[in-house]
Parts: sequence; structure tokens; C-alpha cells
Amino acid sequence: MNKFKLETFKKASLCRHFENQVYKVSQNKHIKFPFYLSAGQEYIAASIYTILEEKGIDTNVFIQHRGHSHYLCKGADPIQLIDELLGRKTGCAGGMGGSASIHSHEKNIFGHDGLMGSQVPIAVGHAYETRKPTIVVMGDASAEEDYVLGALGWASTKNLPILFIVEDNNLSILTEKKMRRNWEMDKIALGFNMKASNISDDPLVIEAFLKDYNFEYPMLLNINTHRKYWHSGAGQDGNEFDRYEKELKSLGDEGKKIDEYNKLFIEKLWQQQLEIQ
Amino acid sequence: MATTVRDTIKEITRKHLSEGKGKCYGQCLTAVGWVGGTLPEMYEEEGMVEFSMSDVSNGSIATGIALAGGRPIYVVRYQGFQWYNLVSIVNYAAKSKEIWNRPCPIFVRSIAMEGGVGPVAGSSHHSLAHRMPGIKVISPMTPGEYEYAYECFMSDDEPYYVSEHRKSYDNTEELENIIHPNSDFTVFPISITRLEMKKLVELAEKENIKLSIIHQLWIKPFKVEDSWKITLDNSKFGGLVTDDDYVEGTASSIANELSLATGKRVWTLGLESRTAGFHPTVDNLPPSAEQIIKKLKQIKYGI
Repeated sequence: MNKFKLETFKKASLCRHFENQVYKVSQNKHIKFPFYLSAGQEYIAASIYTILEEKGIDTNVFIQHRGHSHYLCKGADPIQLIDELLGRKTGCAGGMGGSASIHSHEKNIFGHDGLMGSQVPIAVGHAYETRKPTIVVMGDASAEEDYVLGALGWASTKNLPILFIVEDNNLSILTEKKMRRNWEMDKIALGFNMKASNISDDPLVIEAFLKDYNFEYPMLLNINTHRKYWHSGAGQDGNEFDRYEKELKSLGDEGKKIDEYNKLFIEKLWQQQLEIQ
Repeated sequence: MATTVRDTIKEITRKHLSEGKGKCYGQCLTAVGWVGGTLPEMYEEEGMVEFSMSDVSNGSIATGIALAGGRPIYVVRYQGFQWYNLVSIVNYAAKSKEIWNRPCPIFVRSIAMEGGVGPVAGSSHHSLAHRMPGIKVISPMTPGEYEYAYECFMSDDEPYYVSEHRKSYDNTEELENIIHPNSDFTVFPISITRLEMKKLVELAEKENIKLSIIHQLWIKPFKVEDSWKITLDNSKFGGLVTDDDYVEGTASSIANELSLATGKRVWTLGLESRTAGFHPTVDNLPPSAEQIIKKLKQIKYGI
């Protein structure tokens, strides 16, 4: 059994069941505000943090909405995330952050203000000051914000230790990328003299691009993925391809065992937190 | 020779950089003029860092530097460019402490000027920042006030919007309040309109108008001091707030606070509600002493 694939699946499985449970709980009106699920896209976060853990690299991470998977895969507290989604003071952002503005002091995850893509220039500034390995995650839509492009240029000019991850699910709400632009983010980054690639969310592909990357320079990976849930679970994109299901099948009984364990673990955590008044 | 505001800013910046307290960021800082002579001739290796010409990114990059504890001095050469630059400063730096308990202190030098600079670059725009929670707004016009603003910032963990004005850079004098026991009006000037007060008092004497003058340094937080209340209460016709911004913002807000605190009527006078053109005949300048006295006469005599 490929150890990397197994470790990645453990993280992805935790995320998938967390998000499915959020969706389930939301049907009972326990969540009082819009939420943004990362199910379907979880293999990006799962792969990245598995690789970085193996390499012993800790990072500052800047996320935006659909960031639950990055939060969970970097090892931040799921109970605090549940509490945050329930609007409690014990939440990871004291009940102020909701689903879109989650953060973790302990795991160096920085919250988002709600302006799409603003985390990119903010992460660039942070990386300039700290010179520490930094990851900033954006969607294919927020990547189109003008300040993202200006920030990419400055990160390249200053050769900052920052990895730009574009989670490209091809959709802004329901507007396809081809309706919005005729260019790709990896080409833009290459134009800024930055290393960049356009790849799939196959964990082995992500591993191939990150195994030798040690944050000595900026790099952008545009990672094609598939979103499962719309905003607040209002609809679903369909399951014509689901990375999680594919990996689950390929891992056989061991995969099933992990999947079942995480399902029960997450259900229990939610139940326990919902019982607290 | 007395120290000017210009030299004060330059010395503060030099110390900020050379003593490792933080760096200075902005566009075209090392160009001819060094931002009106307010910057020491230092370069990137000494902490004077040139940004690209991407204003919206830059304000956000500076925010990230502040988030990392870099205590940046961020120079925006024309206050009107804050329409681009403030995006993350007011939406992230100003909110970060409240939402995530992560302070984001940034010293934003926001430089006003007017006269031939057209519809965007000219005048002050502190009203933009004023309406947002979590940011402090101060408008120093004297050497002492500038030092005070910087010291407050360095002992604080909030973002500061420092509303400067190029015409104050030659100023060497501290501006004292004038309290008249039974004035006709109390004037509360903000920004560069404060430098009109000396002339205004002379004009007022000729017109037999008794004035009290209470200079406004802090725009936000704004606190009505007891002595101001007494002075305004004793002013026969009420008060007037003068500003270098459009009145539908800071000036109106402060006038409202003063009015609520005293029950007195408080008027406003700032930029005219129209777009500034480049030629002197179509420009839009802050109220002069002559314009202010005209307004006071209109109020006093009901004309």
C-alpha cells in the first residue's frame, strides 16, 4: 500500500465526512448563516499538508471561503470549527468568523475578511515580512481579482517563499470559467517569471510537484478539481467525477475502514457539540 | 531654526528605519523630491521599500506586513488614491484584531494637496476611513502633533490613518486654541483649514465677530471635551466645523457630535459639492479665511 496515498486519504476522509455532516446538520437549521463546503476539493489540502508534514515544513496559511479542508488538514481543532459554525464564543474565531473567516492561532492559519482574493496580497506582505514558508489558497474566480495579479508580480519580484494554490473548480457560483476569461492562471504566473503548472488534484501529481519544492522561490499551482456542494449546500454539482470515491475504491478494505472510522468520529463530535447548550 | 513638520516626519522615518522599528513602503519614494522632502534618502537595504504601481495590491500587501508585526509606515502620496489603497486597510487591518485577536498596526501616511491636481488626487479623504470601525484617524498639522501621532501609534496596536497636508510641511508653529468667554461662534477646524485660523481671527475682529477656535487633531476616536462644551455653549450663534474634505462625512459627523453634546447648532464648511477641475477657475479648494468669515456673517446676520 502506498503510504502517502493512505495518509492523504485519512485527511481527505476527515474533511469529506466533516462537510457531509455540516450539510446534514444544516438541514435541521442548526447553522444560522451561509456556509461554504470544501467537499469534492479536499484532496488538494489533504495532499499538500501530507507532503509538508513528511518534509517537516510548517507554513503560514491564508485561506478564504471553502477553507474547512485546509483548516482540518493542517491539524486545527475540529471542535472549534464546529463551535464556530454554531456561532459560539468557543469557536475558532470566537463566533465572528462563521464558515468563511475561520482561522487558527495554533496552526498559523489566517482568517479571511470576505473580499474575494484579498488573502493573496495580504499573504504576500506577510511572507515579505516573515520570510517564512507561506501558502495562499484562492479559487479560480477570486484569482481574477486585480489585486491578486499585482500581488503575484510583487512576490515574483521579491522572490518570496510563497506557494500560490488555485483551487480551480471551473465555477464562480454557476458561471463557468470559459464565460469569464480566455486565460489560465499558470500562464499568468509564468508571465510574472514564476514557476507554475496547471495540474489535476490527483495526490500523486500534487506530490510530484511539491516533493522537491522547499519554498526557496514563489510558485503557483492551478489545481483542477470538482466541487460537490454549492454555497450553503443549496445544490450539488453532481458526481460525474469524485476524487474521494475514486481513492476510496483504490484503497480497498483499508480505505473503507478509515472512511467508516472518520464518519463515526465526525458524527459523534457534532452530536457531542450539539448537545451542549 | 525651528523644526518644520517636514523635518519632523523625515527624522521620525529615519529613526523608525535605522532603529529597526519597521520599514517604510510606498510608490516612487526614492524619486526626486522624496515625497515632499519628508523621507530620508535611504534605500531598500535600509528599509525604504518601493512597491509596484499597483495601488490596490499595495495597500493589501502593506496590511500583510502589518499583520506579521512589521509596523509599516505606508506612504500614499495623494490622499485621493486611498480610493484604491484602503481596501484591505479598512476591511482587514481594522477588523483583524476584533475578529481574530490578531492586531494589524499600520501607519498610513495619507497626503493631501490641492491646486491643479484634478478630480481624484486632490484634497483630503479622511471621511473614507472615518466611517469604518477599528481604525484611528488623526490629522497632525504641527511638528509636535506629528511626533505625538507617531508615539501614539508605536504604543498602540491599531491601524492609523494619518491625514497629512503638504501645505503644513513648512509649518514650525504649534497651534493653540483660542477660548473667548462669550464668543459669537466657536470654530472647529480640521486639517489644512487650521492654518487659516490666524487670518480668520484678524478678519473676524474687523467684522466685530468674536471667535473661539478649537483645533481638531483627532478625527477618530472623537471625544467632545468638557472645555469645548462650555465654549460652544457660551457661543451665541453656535459652531462651525471646517474641513478639507467634502462635508458629507467627517465634518458633518463631528458637527453632529458637538450639537448632540451641547444642543447648539453647528454648521459645516468644506469642499464644495462638485468635482474639482484642473484649471484654477474650476478647482475645488478648502475654505479660505475669507470664505469662512463670509459663512459666519451669513449665519450671524441671517443673509
